[in-house]
Amino acid sequence: MTQVVVTGIGAVTPLGVGARTLHERWLAGQSGIEDGEGKASEFEPKDHLSVKEVRRADRFTQFALVAGDEALAEAGWSDELPYDPTRVACIIGTGIGGIGTLEHNHDVLRDSGPGKVSPLAVPLMMSNAAPGALSMRYGLRGHSYGIVSACAAGAHAIGTSASLIQAGAADAVVTGGSEAALTPLSKAAFAALDALSDSGISRPFDARRDGFVMGEGAAVLVLEDAEKAKARGATILATVKGYGASSDASHITAPQPEGIGAADAIRQALETAGLKPEDVDYVNAHGTSTPLNDRAETKAIKAALGDRANEIPVSSTKSAIGHLLGAAGAVEAVATILALRDKMAPPTLGWEEQEEGMDLDYVPNEAQPLKVNGKPAVALSNAFGFGGHNAVLCLEAHE
Amino acid sequence: MPETVTPEAVETTVRDALVQFGPEPDDIKRDATFEELDVDSLDLAELSQIIEDEYGVKLKGEDVGKIKTVGDAVDLVVQRAG
Repeated sequence: MTQVVVTGIGAVTPLGVGARTLHERWLAGQSGIEDGEGKASEFEPKDHLSVKEVRRADRFTQFALVAGDEALAEAGWSDELPYDPTRVACIIGTGIGGIGTLEHNHDVLRDSGPGKVSPLAVPLMMSNAAPGALSMRYGLRGHSYGIVSACAAGAHAIGTSASLIQAGAADAVVTGGSEAALTPLSKAAFAALDALSDSGISRPFDARRDGFVMGEGAAVLVLEDAEKAKARGATILATVKGYGASSDASHITAPQPEGIGAADAIRQALETAGLKPEDVDYVNAHGTSTPLNDRAETKAIKAALGDRANEIPVSSTKSAIGHLLGAAGAVEAVATILALRDKMAPPTLGWEEQEEGMDLDYVPNEAQPLKVNGKPAVALSNAFGFGGHNAVLCLEAHE
Repeated sequence: MPETVTPEAVETTVRDALVQFGPEPDDIKRDATFEELDVDSLDLAELSQIIEDEYGVKLKGEDVGKIKTVGDAVDLVVQRAG
């Protein structure tokens, strides 16, 4: 089977602009959550984009462009693509797309009438705006579309992209996820579902957890056919070893209580990687801080990994940046890649109280070294979405 | 109409609009083409909305297709409003 490698990563998150910034700050135990939300407050669009680019992009697309610039620069693609442009795909996930644009234009419609709605409303709010903008910016002319699977979208995008390369449909893919949903309607709607934390604290797997804290941001990764990447002398960060995807087919918002669908996706990710539970050194959990997810996910990890589940660290990026919805899977994949590189499990911040039956090593509050025995470190990165969508990536450090 | 329709007033309106779209203010001259200014059909759709707001002049798709320069846009608005 064709191996797929990662040659560039970029991120915009509540911990700052940059993939390394996310990694270093999370590893150091810093939180990007303030006043109950994970705003990408260090992101200033005009620092990175022209006046026209800023006007032509909803915030979620701006995040993707800036994360993309970082990833493509690292891959050495900034000036010229190393492949036939028609063989380079661009696939970016989102949960909601340009909801800020939608809400603003709805205000205009209500207050000033249909004649005042912006001609830019549709191109800014459409959920495929981010891959459209990235494709244009870099002349990527292969497969290009958005992936929409709520909070699993970022992971589905990466998995789908790896599959495209393995199917021979692309030599490389610019992929990831993006979300900018800290808007009044979105916040009210998630609150109405009782999904958001009343306390404003993200503490995944802790007995006191009371819902997720919403965050915003994006991550973009450059994936390449491993042989082609080696042939062009690219610096390789990691290998996308496996990908599992499944559906709970159970409830539109609640996870299947025993985590059956999630466990299926974890098993599939390992099978496609050709690995066994004992090969896994770290799990980057979906870990939303909702009562239902964290319980079901713990069961899923135990069901899929057996005894190995109790021997390895399991931590949640959402403890440091909140839940980035459709960007989460991509941002967490990036965080996982850098954790594998440094052989460190970043911490689950805020974890103090154990709930009965939730007894994995959640890496409370301080990073811990991975126990890797002379082989490249392997991790699973979980992402689950409303609709019952599950996507799990198996990532391996490149040494 | 809220604005007096003089070529100077229309030029100011067009210039102020174009500056928001991204071109450098110094590049916005009567004989500058929209192509040179990187002003595309979406920008012109927004410009049409602003013109209609200010002068009550509706620029339709075929009108917008004919104007190539800043001066063309100003002249068309002045002519229609007159």
